[in-house]
Amino acid sequence: MKSILNIQGLKASVEGMPILNGVNLSINAGEVHAIMGPNGSGKSTLASVLAGNEDYEIDGGTVDYLGTDLLDMDVDERAREGVFLAFQYPVELPGVSTMNFLKQAVNSVREHQGLEPLKAAALLRLAREKAALIELDARLKQRSVNQGFSGGEKKRNEIFQLAMLEPTLAILDETDSGLDIDALRSVSNGVNQLRTPDRGFLVITHYQRLLDYLVPDFVHVMVNGKLVRSGGRELALELEEHGYDWIQDHLPE
Amino acid sequence: MNTDTQYLHQVAESDYEHGWSTEIDSDTIPKGLSEEVIRLISAKKHDPDWMLESRLRAFRHWEKLASDTDKYPRWAHIQYPNIDFQDISYYSAPGNKPRYDSLDEVDPELIKTFEALGIPLEEQKVLAGVAVDAVIDSVSVATTFKEELAKHGIIFCSFTEAIENHGDLVRKYMGSVVPYTDNFYAALNAAVFSDGSFCYIPAGVRCPMELSTYFRINEAGTGQFERTLIVAEEGSYVSYLEGCTAPRRDENQLHAAVVEIIAHKDAEVKYSTIQNWYPGNAEGKGGVYNFVTKRGICEGAGSKISWTQLETGSAITWKYPSVILKGDHSVGEFYSVAFTKGRQQADTGTKMLHLGRNTSSTIISKGISADRSNNSYRGLVRINKGAENARNFTQCDSMLLGDRCGAHTFPYLEIQNPTAQVEHEATTSKVGEDQMFYCQQRGISEQDAIKLLVSGFCQEILTQLPMEFAVEARKLLAIELEGSVG
Ligand SMILES: Nc1ncnc2c1ncn2[C@@H]1O[C@H](COP(=O)(O)OP(=O)(O)OP(=O)(O)O)[C@@H](O)[C@H]1O
Ligand SMILES: [Mg+2]
Repeated sequence: MKSILNIQGLKASVEGMPILNGVNLSINAGEVHAIMGPNGSGKSTLASVLAGNEDYEIDGGTVDYLGTDLLDMDVDERAREGVFLAFQYPVELPGVSTMNFLKQAVNSVREHQGLEPLKAAALLRLAREKAALIELDARLKQRSVNQGFSGGEKKRNEIFQLAMLEPTLAILDETDSGLDIDALRSVSNGVNQLRTPDRGFLVITHYQRLLDYLVPDFVHVMVNGKLVRSGGRELALELEEHGYDWIQDHLPE
Repeated sequence: MNTDTQYLHQVAESDYEHGWSTEIDSDTIPKGLSEEVIRLISAKKHDPDWMLESRLRAFRHWEKLASDTDKYPRWAHIQYPNIDFQDISYYSAPGNKPRYDSLDEVDPELIKTFEALGIPLEEQKVLAGVAVDAVIDSVSVATTFKEELAKHGIIFCSFTEAIENHGDLVRKYMGSVVPYTDNFYAALNAAVFSDGSFCYIPAGVRCPMELSTYFRINEAGTGQFERTLIVAEEGSYVSYLEGCTAPRRDENQLHAAVVEIIAHKDAEVKYSTIQNWYPGNAEGKGGVYNFVTKRGICEGAGSKISWTQLETGSAITWKYPSVILKGDHSVGEFYSVAFTKGRQQADTGTKMLHLGRNTSSTIISKGISADRSNNSYRGLVRINKGAENARNFTQCDSMLLGDRCGAHTFPYLEIQNPTAQVEHEATTSKVGEDQMFYCQQRGISEQDAIKLLVSGFCQEILTQLPMEFAVEARKLLAIELEGSVG
């Protein structure tokens, strides 16, 4: 099976404070991996480091992405190579029109792939199709990126962008928090349709509920900047039942 | 000799180098300013007597100001070397005199900008000052355009034509908003102005198209000391555009224009500017000094004047488009984007003078500074005793690109009536790192991300511009941002 991502012994810190303490994780094409873990354990940090956020110092380890050194690439380069991060806290871009933003993003990726840039009409058509897929309110596309969006609308907008950009590795950081029950279902449906044999997902969540819709192939538990347990989807159910204390008490020495 | 006069000498010499000085000799007058020079200018313009008298009055006043160095305008937050007013030639015939034989001789940077803006080759030549033989399309465009306006009784012509054909109107209104006694450069302009634009909208007429000086650029060219006069009669409306996005080079270093607007009862004038004069080279040498006096008066009740400007050019800009809110319920607006980079200095803002009752004004200013440039907002809101229930809203946002540039805000408030409601908001920000990260995570390059965020920052203002102007403005901003990030 084709490997998309292979993380070995990844360590990262911010301002001298270690956050990731040796993460090992390998994702193959077609797989969905879920990461769960207590607040502050380093899940978002892992996502940020994979996306290339320079706030974090890499202290060790390697990340291989489709056979190349991911840590050696710039943020925008990684994105154009197919790494997508749906942010836990999407930022607002005042005055930047959503369609203009999407046009630049989509065409940067297309240009990188040696494809013709999409013209306005084709882009609109694509946007309409993808918005329907995740049931995004069409009016949101007329507004500035995330500006004044509700928490749930912001999350849905992240998945809309994911659908537009069709990445190879999609990282979803707590996309479910802030979504109401119906939204969770429609967004999950959308994501499920984006599950293809050549795409990999890394889904960070606190709740089993999301994993009911988005059935993962693997579940990992992060504690103190390390993936301390890995298993199948049943691990998530055990966690739901026993909580993280149970994990910490049952760590192998 | 300071660097500035040295520069003026260089200009004189380089002009000679390009071999066009003999050509232009017959149409320029000796350097320096004196009563004799004023009379000479007046004679060349075929001024009527009253115009000559008016010039001489202004000149005498200016002479007084110039003899007293304390009266030199010095208070703006900008630095520039003393200008030797006797070292400037005050008249050159209208029209962009060709300075080059082909585009190959023109600064390649300028050509790059023209191309990025998609300006047709023939127009590029005119704008850059290259000799052209072909008749340019816009001349015929201008003709049909004028016929259409005439149908509505709208007068839109050069100032010279206005003096000749509409002397009464010019006499009545010229200097009524910006008198020659107003300031140093207003006096200078009133004495030596060579041409400009005149626009008159009769009562009840809604001007069917955007009036643009651009249409006349090929006919008259732009002068060093331009004058614009716009009169909107009762219940009329006009949208007026000044300038164009194409960078304009000019042999004249000092520009001191005057713009006057009169809005009668229920009339509305919308004045939009894109200013993109040559800013000089990377060290700031050779750029235009742009000292402009722009003011409108809301003369009648319910009238409205709004100024929208995008300022990206000139080495030094010094400009405060203002509104005198005399009529009750009149409205004044000022929307501005000023972008500075390199060594540019801009000191711009507005004055809203509330005289009438229930008058209201809105000021939204966006300053963006890059490199080592300095960008200041300076605004005055004055609410007079009689101005019951006046309202003002002011918002000044500054964005810094890099850490060697400066942004400054100088809001002045003078409130003499207790019923006034005045709100002021000011922010200074750097382009947010989290916003940059967000854009780049979507595959957008650093440069494009900055363009996107800056254009978003200015969005509120750009939407005030007439449609096509707004499109050009956005392109221009993107070009200006190119490579000015660091
Ligand atoms: N830029 C930063 N500066 C300072 N501390 C940081 C920074 N980023 C992360 N941290 C710290 O690192 C730790 C891990 O944070 P992270 O956001 O990765 O946790 P998380 O597992 O995503 O938590 P949650 O479930 O609450 O989202 C926290 O203690 C956090 O305060
Ligand atoms: Mg998190």
